Amino acid sequence: MSMTIATPVAAAEKPRRRARKNRQLQGLLYIAPAVILVTIFFVIPVLFTVWMSFHNWPLLGQPSWIGLGNYTRMFSDTRFAAALSFTAYYTVIATIAIFALAFPLALFVQNERRGVSAYRTIFFMPVVVGLATASLLWVWLANVDSGLFSPILRMFGVTGRSANLLATFNNAFPTIIVMVVWKIVGFTMIILLTGLQSIPSDLIEAARIDGAGRWQRFRFLTLPLMRRTLALALILSVTGSVLAFDQFYIMTSGGPQNRMISVVYYIFNQSFVSFQLGYGSALSIVLLGILVALSVVQLWLLRVGDDK
Amino acid sequence: MSAATKEARVRRKFIGSLGFHGFGVIASFFFLAPFFWAGLSSLRSGSESQTPPLPPWPTTGISFDSYATLDTFGSGIWQHTFNSLLVSLSTVVLTVIVSLLAGYGFSRYRFPFKNVFFILIIATLMIPFQSILTPLFIILAKLGLNNSLVGLILVYVTLQLPFSVFMMRNAFDAVPREIEEAARIDGARDIKLLVRVLLPLVMPGVATVAIFAFLNAWNEFLAALILLSDNDKYTLPVLMTAVRAGRLGAINWGAVQAGVMVMTIPCLVIFLLLQRYYMRGLMAGAVK
Repeated sequence: MSMTIATPVAAAEKPRRRARKNRQLQGLLYIAPAVILVTIFFVIPVLFTVWMSFHNWPLLGQPSWIGLGNYTRMFSDTRFAAALSFTAYYTVIATIAIFALAFPLALFVQNERRGVSAYRTIFFMPVVVGLATASLLWVWLANVDSGLFSPILRMFGVTGRSANLLATFNNAFPTIIVMVVWKIVGFTMIILLTGLQSIPSDLIEAARIDGAGRWQRFRFLTLPLMRRTLALALILSVTGSVLAFDQFYIMTSGGPQNRMISVVYYIFNQSFVSFQLGYGSALSIVLLGILVALSVVQLWLLRVGDDK
Repeated sequence: MSAATKEARVRRKFIGSLGFHGFGVIASFFFLAPFFWAGLSSLRSGSESQTPPLPPWPTTGISFDSYATLDTFGSGIWQHTFNSLLVSLSTVVLTVIVSLLAGYGFSRYRFPFKNVFFILIIATLMIPFQSILTPLFIILAKLGLNNSLVGLILVYVTLQLPFSVFMMRNAFDAVPREIEEAARIDGARDIKLLVRVLLPLVMPGVATVAIFAFLNAWNEFLAALILLSDNDKYTLPVLMTAVRAGRLGAINWGAVQAGVMVMTIPCLVIFLLLQRYYMRGLMAGAVK
């Protein structure tokens, strides 16, 4: 008796379950190409980096296991220490310079006046050009014989004779900072602008009526409300600077006196110039650790922003 | 009295506006000047191109000497422009196809480990690709894709995926499901439904994904420098390192200016034409 009832029910359920299985499979098929690409060209390389970092891995010949050898080597590697401290120095200076200019520009293009969208576009234009392209353009502008800056500086009497801007660290470093600010500031400006625009204008208006001055409104209203955007812009700027390579490779070839070797540049040298792939991998893992730590700081900053 | 205050207000407004545009024009000059300087200077004749660009424009007639000199580097400028275009356009097409499918899958289907897969793809944003170039170099060699534009394209597509899949999933999420139901009743299914009915609706998202894929592939330098070793396969930025290094210790700055222009113009044209979609992508990234 019970059998005769159960059979039709089971028969009806089976195709439905199969249909659901089919649909699940279909969904997996749609995402499969993306997952396969990310696995082959990202997940496996990341795991492989860890594996390689425990080996002495020459370009030709057999890799040999050396455990933590590559990591302990780092501690006595003064050139790596120099690369780390240079990258940190560059990151701090570049970030400060970019923000110091991006904030006034964001406030400027926040105005809803005629022509403001043209200004936004113009300030943003260097962003869409490659960093390598911008570096090439500026290495010409800064060239002592055929460039633009040297004769202009002489014309305004800043320097007596033609100045070679890329010959000494003290001249080359500010030149690169100016180039990077020119190239990046529009990007930071737009990010900050989204933050400015998300602040309700009646709030500002209310503060104005209550007698808050321009600076007070900015300091106690605008800045706190922009906390999330600031955190985002800050992290994007910091990570971008930590990973800097193109400008040093193209503009000064790491010079003068090899004082402009960033961390990525040092990894590049170890892996693809000296072909110490194992050591390069270990250095990459450290770089990755630094950036994950920065991301954690970012998440923490964003969370703090939410609490407020 | 009231006429006087009105006049004062008009004058104040005029001065304010003058200050605003005065600052705007000066700032614009600094942002635009390097482009104009390089563009005008690249049209100077051979001997003139080695002198300081004051004034930047050619004084002895427009000449394409610099572009001709640029053509003598590597395998010729056409070959390298072709390489760069091939890599960038293939990256665009593949990125759009893969992220369109994945975005649709993540938006409309339920399957096991869906969130795990999604996080897996997005999490790659946290890891800079600069830190995985060493193994990537070896893995591509194992796959027989070292020193090949195909290998470079696949790497570029992968780098674009986190942003693109995220964009496309959001684009599909914004399309009402009723449209699909209606189309399904009319007999459109699967890929046909996706291409004929949904694609036009998510086209703004596709445009955003395509612009970012193009600009990033066109401008990328480090991966191309490492993964390509044959002269005739170089993309433009890698070719330019040879121009930058010069011959016999002498750098031809005219060729540098010409190369900068060849690399700059496509970016600026695409940005100016499709700015709306570019900014949308940027905002989506910023809000996320």
